Amino acid sequence: MDDSAETKIRMGKSMNRLVLMFVAAIFLGLPGCSSRTPGVGTPAATAETGGSAKGDFGPPQGEPIHAVLSSPPNVPPPIHRDHPAKVIVELSVIEKELPISEGVMYTFWTFGGTVPGSFIRVRQGDTVEFHLRNDPSNKMPHNIDLHGVTGPGGGAASSFTAPGHESQFTFKALNQGLYVYHCATAPVGMHVGNGMYGLILIEPPEGMAPVDHEYYVMQGDFYTTGKYREKGHQPFDMEKAIDERPTYVLFNGAEGALTGDNALSAKTNERVRLFVGNGGPNLVSSFHVIGEIFDRVQQEGGTHPQENVQTTLIPAGGAVTVEFHTEVPGSYILVDHSIFRAFNKGALAILKVSGPEDKSIYSGKEVDSVYLGDRAGADLRAVSTAAEAHASGTLTQADQVAAGKQLFAGTCSVCHQNTGEGIPNVFPPLAKSDFLAADPKRAISILLHGRTGPITVNGKDFNSVMPPMTQLTDDEIANILTYVLNEWGNPGGRIDKADVAKARAESAEPAPAAH
Amino acid sequence: MQTFHNIGLAVAMSSILFASQGFASDYVALPGSNFASVLPAVSNGPKDAALPPAPVVIHAFRLRDEPVTNAEFLAFVTAHPDWRRDRIARVFGEARYLSHWQAADVVGAKAKADQPVTNVSWFAAEAYCESEGARLPTWYEWEYAAAADESRADARGDPEWRNRILGWYATPSNEPLQTVGGAANFYGVRDLHGLVWEWVEDAGSLLIASDSRDQNDPDKLAFCGAGALELKDRDNYAVLMRVALLSSLKAVDTTANLGFRCAKPLDGQVP
Repeated sequence: MDDSAETKIRMGKSMNRLVLMFVAAIFLGLPGCSSRTPGVGTPAATAETGGSAKGDFGPPQGEPIHAVLSSPPNVPPPIHRDHPAKVIVELSVIEKELPISEGVMYTFWTFGGTVPGSFIRVRQGDTVEFHLRNDPSNKMPHNIDLHGVTGPGGGAASSFTAPGHESQFTFKALNQGLYVYHCATAPVGMHVGNGMYGLILIEPPEGMAPVDHEYYVMQGDFYTTGKYREKGHQPFDMEKAIDERPTYVLFNGAEGALTGDNALSAKTNERVRLFVGNGGPNLVSSFHVIGEIFDRVQQEGGTHPQENVQTTLIPAGGAVTVEFHTEVPGSYILVDHSIFRAFNKGALAILKVSGPEDKSIYSGKEVDSVYLGDRAGADLRAVSTAAEAHASGTLTQADQVAAGKQLFAGTCSVCHQNTGEGIPNVFPPLAKSDFLAADPKRAISILLHGRTGPITVNGKDFNSVMPPMTQLTDDEIANILTYVLNEWGNPGGRIDKADVAKARAESAEPAPAAH
Repeated sequence: MQTFHNIGLAVAMSSILFASQGFASDYVALPGSNFASVLPAVSNGPKDAALPPAPVVIHAFRLRDEPVTNAEFLAFVTAHPDWRRDRIARVFGEARYLSHWQAADVVGAKAKADQPVTNVSWFAAEAYCESEGARLPTWYEWEYAAAADESRADARGDPEWRNRILGWYATPSNEPLQTVGGAANFYGVRDLHGLVWEWVEDAGSLLIASDSRDQNDPDKLAFCGAGALELKDRDNYAVLMRVALLSSLKAVDTTANLGFRCAKPLDGQVP
């Protein structure tokens, strides 16, 4: 009796809401279709989908449908249905040994035999009859918590299933969006850490815009007792899992699951949609595709896509739909941009885009030249003039200063500044420097070997690090120092290439044994 | 030291008293004790989260030193044909009951005589134990016996003890079961870990009894996080997974990795 009274109240409320919405629509002159017109200032409310409160499209119609499930990286075909249906989903839990990396085996616990588990695709408003089967050869009991389910435990409490048994429960998919599902049997972290997660897509009633490719990618972190790529069978390591120190961070459950022959593929001038989930159990993903910009990112079930996104965050137990258009052929690398995970723990996948080059968008390598630093002026002629003059024995101090000025701009000015003033408290000044004036030739050794630790210049204390400038030739060091000595109120003078060569030769001699 | 002394005495007594009774598998005596279980002791009083769970009182009992084997169970169904797989009432054993045997009265090639019997329901296990004047152990008794390793009565603080349990979880079950006769633990009991799950007498009331559902925390193990909340010690999850398995079963159910052993009171006491 309580139930029916409550139902009436709820019905009354939603009726009211419907009436209100309707009235609002009339007053706004039904601008739904022209909401993109600039300046109209359409209230955000008209773009809202109403969430679960408006996700019930009535009882299922027609014969029950058996859901098509797909193994990663494939996605079941889009739904072209204009009415809610009863959809039967049959998912089996399978505990099996699979390679996690080359020559490394791991006992995964899977939904449907793969990591991530089978992709499920239904339509908002569908009534989903869910069958969870626990394979008779399994050791463990399992269940499933679907984030797309409205109800306590997301189905977990209704699907706790012993090996060799099957559970059934039914839910109505009230919210559209991309949702993670996972096992929630204790210890939850271990079940998730062994690969028990996947994605369920609840399509909006109007369907999704067609694209050329849809792929299913899911990140997860894995904890093995052995080190990264240590061969043989590797057991789960609970200690590392609790400490959140993964051995592997992977897309689709194995190193190489999406590289080489298994790479995702597309052609140029195509639209690609990736359904990307993060099973965790621990890490949050900074998902990025190297060389692409996501034209559209929809977080979770979001209906307000973000545009032009470089890197998108995917929480553990969350998902995003990203879309982009391909222009330039080549290999695009999917990474977790917490980048050590990509290059040291396996979080790498590849999308191969084939097709004709478009040099107007991306040229490929045009020039391979020596890079002298961003402060280097365009005119390095003075440097070569000095080099020629030295070779012919006609080098003047003026030549050296001119060459040294160019070299200084390229190598030294980043810290000591073009004015020679340095940066207070960080980098000492070279201008009117008492330290330099006290012993100009000491500067040669500093350029050759660098200098670390406390130093007092013009009465100010500094304590930082200058790295050795070993890339500079004797000739270049001589020119730089000659330039510095003749600028900014310094005492003048000249450093010769031979001085530098001598200093370099001395320092190359064996160090005293006592050192 | 006092406890160890008592245990030593009890073990010595048990071998004198029971070694000659002619069972294929012996019962060994375990001394009584206050035991810290992974499961909080059941309390009917108001819940006080600030208090640590009270230790469980274990009375001295005897436990089969090995799980019941296929050969032993075959002898049982031969003597009690009602428990043959072709005669058992479906309410006492589901369709998979003893399905790995070649026939109702033949173990056959796919199962070995000295492998632990699996695919047995709780009802069948309990009936077997009754047939030898015993019962299934309670969860606390089982957990207490299984807390030992070869040299210590309670080895649960040792990561190595835990890793051996986890090692079994990580082993795929597509290979044939090992036979009984692993290393004897501190009490002389074998194969508590690393071979099969085992039925306990109170399996049906572990955490998710149907009558506890209208209390505040139903289905404790059934979904998210509850396992972690219940853990007295986070390292005990390895044992808790056994509870999870048992919780998922009804008494009629069987699985390919689930067997049992029996327990008895000390000599001269009522079961």
